Amino acid sequence: MSEQQPTSKFMQNGVVKWIEHRMPIFSFIDHSVGSGYPAPKNLNYWWNFGSLAGLALIIMIVSGIVLVMHYTPHTTLAFNSVERIMRDVNGGWLIRYLHMNGASFFFIAVYIHIFRGLYFGSYKYPRELLWIIGVLILLAMMATAFMGYVLPWGQMSYWGATVITNLFSAIPVVGESLVTLLWGGFVVDNPTLNRFFSLHYLLPFVILGLVIMHIWALHTFGSNNPTGVDVKGPQDTIPFHPYFTIKDLYGMGVFMLIFLFFVFFAPNYFGEADNYIPADSLATPPHIVPEWYFLPSYAILRAFTNEFILYWPVSWLMTAKLAGVIAMFGSIILLALIPWLDTSKVRSARYRPVYKWFFWIFVLDWIVLGMVGAHPAEGIWVVLGQVATTYYFAHLLLILPILGVLERPLATPESISASVTQPAE
Amino acid sequence: MMKPTIKTAFAAVLTAAAVSAAALAPTTAHAAAAGPKPEVQDWTFKGLFGTFDRASVQRGYQVYKEVCAACHSLNLIKFRNLADIGYSEAQVKALAAEYEIEDGPNDDGEMFMRKRTPSDPMPSPFPNAKAAAAANGGKAPPDLSLITKARAQGGDSVIKVSMKHPGGFTIGADYIYALLTGYEEAPDGFEMPPGGSYNKYFPGHVIAMAPPLVEEGVEFSDGTKATVSQMAHDVTMFLAWTAEPELEARKRLGVKVMLFLLALTGMLYALKRKIWSDIH
Repeated sequence: MSEQQPTSKFMQNGVVKWIEHRMPIFSFIDHSVGSGYPAPKNLNYWWNFGSLAGLALIIMIVSGIVLVMHYTPHTTLAFNSVERIMRDVNGGWLIRYLHMNGASFFFIAVYIHIFRGLYFGSYKYPRELLWIIGVLILLAMMATAFMGYVLPWGQMSYWGATVITNLFSAIPVVGESLVTLLWGGFVVDNPTLNRFFSLHYLLPFVILGLVIMHIWALHTFGSNNPTGVDVKGPQDTIPFHPYFTIKDLYGMGVFMLIFLFFVFFAPNYFGEADNYIPADSLATPPHIVPEWYFLPSYAILRAFTNEFILYWPVSWLMTAKLAGVIAMFGSIILLALIPWLDTSKVRSARYRPVYKWFFWIFVLDWIVLGMVGAHPAEGIWVVLGQVATTYYFAHLLLILPILGVLERPLATPESISASVTQPAE
Repeated sequence: MMKPTIKTAFAAVLTAAAVSAAALAPTTAHAAAAGPKPEVQDWTFKGLFGTFDRASVQRGYQVYKEVCAACHSLNLIKFRNLADIGYSEAQVKALAAEYEIEDGPNDDGEMFMRKRTPSDPMPSPFPNAKAAAAANGGKAPPDLSLITKARAQGGDSVIKVSMKHPGGFTIGADYIYALLTGYEEAPDGFEMPPGGSYNKYFPGHVIAMAPPLVEEGVEFSDGTKATVSQMAHDVTMFLAWTAEPELEARKRLGVKVMLFLLALTGMLYALKRKIWSDIH
């Protein structure tokens, strides 16, 4: 197929040669994911999550396009149209559960992909832009997922949309007008549902465009690797095809096994029972929670109360609510600055004995934030959320810059080949 | 050096993910609940090969029809759906024909009443939500089509573990059964508002629904004794079906897909080993 070597029999084919001469698409593909793309030979299984995220995006787009054929974006019809998909459309329950759980698994793949980048320093020169595009993908995913969750028009859809869009009202001067614009009126109602539906269809293709840019930027310098040492020559690399095509395919098999287990045997595990109650503007659910992948952000948002120490320095300037909103968006946007916040010249945590610890503490901190986001803001959870939020920003703004200066990294290997004494995983 | 580090890290993150997933589970519970944990029931539809017990789900339909339907609608269910739980085409037709529905306009431009057909929805006890609320002290009785998915821990799940109630695999159906059998005398000093009933499983314990099931409240044609727990069990089984009518097809397909993917992934792994065998 297209992944053959340029000199292969495939490229000798008359039709292929005719097309290739006019539009070199076959050599383009070969240089992207074929034998013409040299990849570091020591990439481990953590490097599978990029292709897994790509697979998840494709699953989401394909299942989403089919869902749109049956869905009705109107407040009086949306809930029942989703139930019609579940009950009357042939295979509708499967498509809908694929899309519902696909969102969760897309985020699982992307979060692991991001933490892999953080551990092995994949964001450092010359891959800063690659990393920034990745952060933009994460932001676009979050916007898409949020608007998608509103579409079934259940209780959590409605109240989630109400709570999150209301956040923008904290912005001085333009806040109220911005919220009115988001809603298309003065409450969350049919115009809101319609614009969210429109944007929920648009944004995945924006993500797709960003992903293409992400891969383009990746291919300029090639993949980072577990040693973080630059590729020194051909002895350090192997062709992407067949080595990493088969490795990615194997990873996809494992990923699909886990993903489809949830689809078929626990399809509502990640969901909220309340979203099977049609939206009711007069009945607020006792406990409004976002989907799990927003929980760390939600915890940061809610950490900002009048008593929170991080709020004090700005308390003369803004309300705690606005500070929380800025912190929540800032916690994601700040990720884009990590290439400059991390002052260490060594990429991989493998040769950074102290950073390695701080990395795992950061992972733990993020999980704690997720747990805090899942619980009502009362008792111990408030304090825990504020401590974890403080640590989150301390890690990015203090620990990363200082550690790069103070830490004494281990000696990095001469080259990838020199470090590899056994077949890379 | 590299191999064990990676594996340990992998294990660490998977463990962390599992712990966090488990910790997130209570979000699906109603925050205000605080009742005793609904007892875990042995539903036939649980597990990888679960199915709805046909006799039970049909008895459950009878309980719904003769008891619940007085106040609760079942808007998402059409008579033809009853074929899924073992009724024959003729039986479905006869069941539908017991009720009338307004149709039209006819060629003269007039609305008319006709018998329901299998493609018609189940009749609703009230003409609209306002009427339902007016007849029930201001709050309409909820539609029951999705009730087992919309309560407590939600629908059927092979892995749902409630961390709030360690060791418990409660699902929405367990909660509905517990609610139907959970009526009792209010404890001394409990202030009961007028029209309320005490139910130990309902959030806040004050439920507007009077105890719906009484011993021998219905007469089962298959001779099963209509105890409260039997009727509660059967009607919950029925409502689990109305909430997840795709459950049997889903699990049947799921088992096949899992087996296929296991074989495919195994072969991909073997191929990966083979292709990578010359890399040092």
